[in-house]
Amino acid sequence: MNALKEKVIKSILSITAFASIAFLIGIVVTLFANSLTALKGIDQIQFLFSSDWAPYYSPAEYGILSMVISSALIGITAALVCIPLGIGTALYLNEIAGSAQRKILKPVIEILAGIPSIIFGFFAMAVLAPFLQNIFDLPSGLCILTASLTLGIMTIPVITSIAEDALGFVPIGFKEASYALGGNRWQTLIKVTIPAAASGIITSIILAIGRIVGETMIVLMVAGGSLAIPTSILAPARPMTSTIAAEMGEAAYGSLHFSALFEIGLLLFFMTFILNFISERISKKYRLKLGQGR
Amino acid sequence: MKKSILKVLLSASIILSAGLGAFAAVIAEGSTTVLPIAQKTAESLMNANPAMDISIRGGGSGVGINSLLSGRCDIAMSSRAMKDGEKADAAKKKVNPKEYTIAMDAIVMIVHNKNAVTALTREQIKDIFTGKITNWKQLGGADKKIVVISRDGASGTFETFNELALNGEKVSKNALMQASNQNVASAVERAEGAIGYVGLGYIGRKVKVVSIEGITPSIETVLNKKYVYSRSLFFYTNGAAKGAVKEYIDFVLSKAGQDMIKELGFVPLNQGKK
Repeated sequence: MNALKEKVIKSILSITAFASIAFLIGIVVTLFANSLTALKGIDQIQFLFSSDWAPYYSPAEYGILSMVISSALIGITAALVCIPLGIGTALYLNEIAGSAQRKILKPVIEILAGIPSIIFGFFAMAVLAPFLQNIFDLPSGLCILTASLTLGIMTIPVITSIAEDALGFVPIGFKEASYALGGNRWQTLIKVTIPAAASGIITSIILAIGRIVGETMIVLMVAGGSLAIPTSILAPARPMTSTIAAEMGEAAYGSLHFSALFEIGLLLFFMTFILNFISERISKKYRLKLGQGR
Repeated sequence: MKKSILKVLLSASIILSAGLGAFAAVIAEGSTTVLPIAQKTAESLMNANPAMDISIRGGGSGVGINSLLSGRCDIAMSSRAMKDGEKADAAKKKVNPKEYTIAMDAIVMIVHNKNAVTALTREQIKDIFTGKITNWKQLGGADKKIVVISRDGASGTFETFNELALNGEKVSKNALMQASNQNVASAVERAEGAIGYVGLGYIGRKVKVVSIEGITPSIETVLNKKYVYSRSLFFYTNGAAKGAVKEYIDFVLSKAGQDMIKELGFVPLNQGKK
């Protein structure tokens, strides 16, 4: 009886485990299949290296360079916001905060993680954009900086929760050894604790960047959406996700335009895939260095 | 057991085929601008009358008219009048297109409330949106950079604007892109140098409407065709509509149909009269 039960449970679990693989394969196949028309019908050099995007124009133009640059620029500036704040929070929680502070801080950060991105978008549109517009005397507050600040704040919890876990996993023996050798708290933190938790911290950063690059609603609402290649972070921009979201609904099914949007999605998928791959490699490398099997 | 299933299936298929026979199928094809009107009215008519079967296809005005001429659809939806070439083609194919104006479509230019410029010409609008004019100073306003706000290239409003105001020319790359009429209005409301365009149904109190060639857009100036950024939306049928096609067109032109058209942001035809 028990053997049967075990078998049933085992097979159910393996089905669920393989389900995500099936979904992943399904998504990749769909992306590819729908991109085929664009891959064949659009000169790929032009697609990647031109920033003329005018599907409505005749002849239609499909160039996504400015969108790729916009996505990258927004990703980098948002990372500059969320990395120091996120890791700082994690260090504080792990090293300095007493249990009373932790009891308040942790749930608050988790609530931040649970806020839907459209709420962040509303906040950015109604408060942040007019504020930045006044400070920098911009023609419009809808720009890369507005989007990046919002995305950066949104992804703080992603970094904090993973990095804090990683810091918590550092064996107490490591720190004790450092103290025993005469290291003070700061030296222990910088030389021992952070390097020991590096794999987790780097993973958290890369996951956060992946989240930023893939985020759609916020950039659609506050990045401005101009197609010119952005010259500064105070310029408006139109990242890849915005274009897909804005145009997919009204592009005729099966048309070249429709397919081009899928190809942008395919490219986006590869970008996040590469990010994940890098994070996997880096975290492995640090694990081996410490001789930890975790 | 098996027999009863068979019976059920058999009777179901009989009922189904009988039902199908009674269905009145209407096919409408054409302009993507008219598409939302056709979809909304068709859905509501089909709900009210289950015997109606209306299928709506996009493709563009030209595609719709072509389909009508070769008998592939009952109604061609069009955001422009038939061209002379198409009329000649129709005569050749012995099709007698009958035109029904079902609604009007108008684009309104809006600027920030503080903007002193309240009147522009078509030429100026074109220069602003293609990036030739970049400062309000050039138009007699304050020395402020013009923030051009446009819709994404796939939207019907953009398509209308592009045809009516830009004659198909490309919008400047510096234009900000917004995904809906409301977003355009709120972006214009927040940026002092902004200019944007929305459907006539979306003007709020927080933005200023610009008159074009001296004419302020309103339902009256659109219906009497004095306002230039407006156009009629048409249904074309082969000969006078009859049967289910007539029933559908009548519904679109009825009070209920025109109310839906107004809801969608277009200008209904019976607004001025009441």
